[in-house]
Amino acid sequence: MIEINNLNFGYSKHKPLFKNMSMRLSNGHIYGLLGKNGAGKSTLLKNLAGLVYPQGGQLDVMGFNPTKRQPALLSQICFIPEEFYLPPVKIDSYLKANAPFYPNFDHQYLATLLKEFDIPASNKLIDMSYGQKKKFIIAFGLATQARLVIMDEPTNGLDIPSKAQFRKIMASALTDERCIIISTHQVRDLDNLIDTVIMLDENDVALKASVEEITTKLTFKKVKEIDESIFYAEPSLSGYNAVMPNYHHEESKLDMELLFNAILAEKTKFKPLFS
Amino acid sequence: MEFNNNKAIYLQIAEYICEQILLGKWKTEEKIPSVREMAVTLEVNPNTVMRTYELLQTKNILNNKRGIGFFLSDNTIDQVKQYRKTSFMENELPNLFRNLYLLEIDFDELKSQYQTFVTQNFND
Repeated sequence: MIEINNLNFGYSKHKPLFKNMSMRLSNGHIYGLLGKNGAGKSTLLKNLAGLVYPQGGQLDVMGFNPTKRQPALLSQICFIPEEFYLPPVKIDSYLKANAPFYPNFDHQYLATLLKEFDIPASNKLIDMSYGQKKKFIIAFGLATQARLVIMDEPTNGLDIPSKAQFRKIMASALTDERCIIISTHQVRDLDNLIDTVIMLDENDVALKASVEEITTKLTFKKVKEIDESIFYAEPSLSGYNAVMPNYHHEESKLDMELLFNAILAEKTKFKPLFS
Repeated sequence: MEFNNNKAIYLQIAEYICEQILLGKWKTEEKIPSVREMAVTLEVNPNTVMRTYELLQTKNILNNKRGIGFFLSDNTIDQVKQYRKTSFMENELPNLFRNLYLLEIDFDELKSQYQTFVTQNFND
């Protein structure tokens, strides 16, 4: 689906964001893109969608080069940015102007999604709250039936019931033909939805591994005391939440926040396990 | 469904399904929820549910009829009990034993408590 080879990119010459980054993404997965503020999550997504151009290396998205912005590719990409603009029109005129760009646009599915998100179809886009607008562009994006779905912080601004609704909608939106990439800081909103973790740090991919691979190699558990086998630990009420190599083939639940902090703090310990 | 303990999500889903079977909520001849339906209900990645269904297939609890969907196997209740029993013995019993030992609880006391529990919860 996506192949990134030696990607180089930076907004200024002195501050490269990506140095020779390579990665391959395939269909049938929900990738969770994690990284500190400024690590380049949004920038990577923009590179994939042809919104910014690489300074070096190759990008292949469904057989296309995204920098060429060919309609055949763009009609297969649903991009939900973190910040967005919606014009002061009603939903139906927005659809009339924008849906024709997507040959597989499914109006019935859109109606279902808007109903699930509790948005009246007669609404004027400009009169809606931030959360409602966000839900509208998510619904529109999924109704395009695009094969590549890119979402930048999709749960920001969603209320509690909408977050649950969002998880249900995404669980049903994943098909074998689709690739879904979600960047997020709100890992607790989405951790059961993500099957593969991509973590960006220090101009490169710090980790790309499926939840299954991570929990085969590492175990996440509460311990009373810290010993040398532990890679990283954070104090908790009843001892420590710890990450360590999975010596005893335990099947623990991935704690994504703990993993994130662990990799930032102890990168060199994890590298040999995931190369 | 709340995922709260430290066990892998796909195993927690397996336990949930076993519970549905033991409680008689799913019948042998009926098709069980598809991977997608289950993923939507539980708000989890369909690949995780697929992993659960594959596990339960290897334990002879589920059958995959190609093109139709997943069904319970004929002797599913026995298989579920066996699977749950092994998992209980391996994962929960050591913890229970540890507490029995530390708190010096003897087996006679435990037995009478157990019988009271069974009468209160299951004999109606």
